[in-house]
Amino acid sequence: MIAIIDYGCGNLFSLSRSLEYLGIESKITSDADESANADKIILPGVGAFGDAIDKLNACGHADLLCSLASQGKPILGICLGMQLLFEKSYEYGEHNGLGLLKGRIYPLDKDIENLKVPHMGWNRLDIVRDDRILADSGKNDYFYFVHSFYAKNCDDCLIATAEYGVDVPAIVGMGNVYGTQFHPEKSGDKGLKLLKRFATM
Amino acid sequence: MITKRIIPCLDVRDGRVVKGVNFEGIKDVASPVDMAKFYNESGADELVFYDITASHEGRALFTDILRQTASEVFIPLTVGGGINSIDDFDRVLKCGADKVSVNSGAIKNPSLISEAAKKYGDQCVVLSMDIKRVDGSFHVFQNGGRIDTGKDALEWAVFGQKNGAGELVVNSIDTDGVKNGFDIEMLKAISELVTIPVIASGGAGCKEDFLELFNADCADAGLAASIFHFKQVNIKELKTYLRNNNIEMRI
Repeated sequence: MIAIIDYGCGNLFSLSRSLEYLGIESKITSDADESANADKIILPGVGAFGDAIDKLNACGHADLLCSLASQGKPILGICLGMQLLFEKSYEYGEHNGLGLLKGRIYPLDKDIENLKVPHMGWNRLDIVRDDRILADSGKNDYFYFVHSFYAKNCDDCLIATAEYGVDVPAIVGMGNVYGTQFHPEKSGDKGLKLLKRFATM
Repeated sequence: MITKRIIPCLDVRDGRVVKGVNFEGIKDVASPVDMAKFYNESGADELVFYDITASHEGRALFTDILRQTASEVFIPLTVGGGINSIDDFDRVLKCGADKVSVNSGAIKNPSLISEAAKKYGDQCVVLSMDIKRVDGSFHVFQNGGRIDTGKDALEWAVFGQKNGAGELVVNSIDTDGVKNGFDIEMLKAISELVTIPVIASGGAGCKEDFLELFNADCADAGLAASIFHFKQVNIKELKTYLRNNNIEMRI
């Protein structure tokens, strides 16, 4: 069973439905005990980093995620959920993240010119290193992105990037901890394949 | 780099697609769910559902349809029609919509744009505008393009962006239904004033019209209804054609 963590940040309907569509058992939960007993964890998220990390702390999931990660439980962060896995974010101030991955989150608009922010739409991957999460995905696959901040200085865990003025980290991962900046649950068949890959690895 | 987008629009009345005829390979040509699945498989980048229902019963049917579609189609869904309040945003977002498009509701209550943007984020709020030329300037029309608000469309577009709209749909009443190409002049005038994505609507008749649109660099997406419904243009072929003409497309 996959626990989809509900900490009040974002609409979980599509994510939960896409797993159901794939025949994968999942449960939306805000209960830390329930998450602790799940086989895998998905950390979704839409909204602001500072608010999100406060809420994760408040429901006891911040510490739990760190201990589950060290026990080897597969964790997938999506969009803001991916950003929360890193050490720090400079989204409207300075906020500590979970620190499961090395790297920091910065505003996109400071680093690109003549491109619209948010980076919103379908973008293609450039593969940085091969990984089991990519077993069913390739460089010609497009995924759906919506974000205004992005990860930097995260070479250690970089799996794939998407070109948008800069190389935007699109898939990151280290050991059992993964993250996608795009929304696999909104990326058509390719997104579903990636979710399935995570669910079955 | 992000792709240009091709977006079919489904007008739904009382739970059924209006004008959804002439389809092969679909059991129920008026079922929004079946049509949505068909378009998803054809490579549509996004879907727009427009609720043109007047009654409460019809509205309940619409949200039900939306939930069913969002349960089976995993690409971005935009919903419009009858959005007048934050409660309306809430209602459709809970059913699986990703973006909500406001039109007359924002004209009646302009603060709806900023309130919704604050609550759900800019990326969620689409300002849809029906525009027609009146005495040499672009006017915003409301109630399905029937009433001239007297509002200047360029000012309204800028106001929308400033108040948190994450995208604009520019529907030209002058070219709508004519099938002689998008309103490039109108789209240029607006896209030069804003930095948010512009979705062009009204006037597409053939695949060359989309190439003209994207080459003119005045829109991020092309939206159409009947030419897709009537299979005058096949989305897969359209996207291949555009990609062969150096327009970045997701295929």
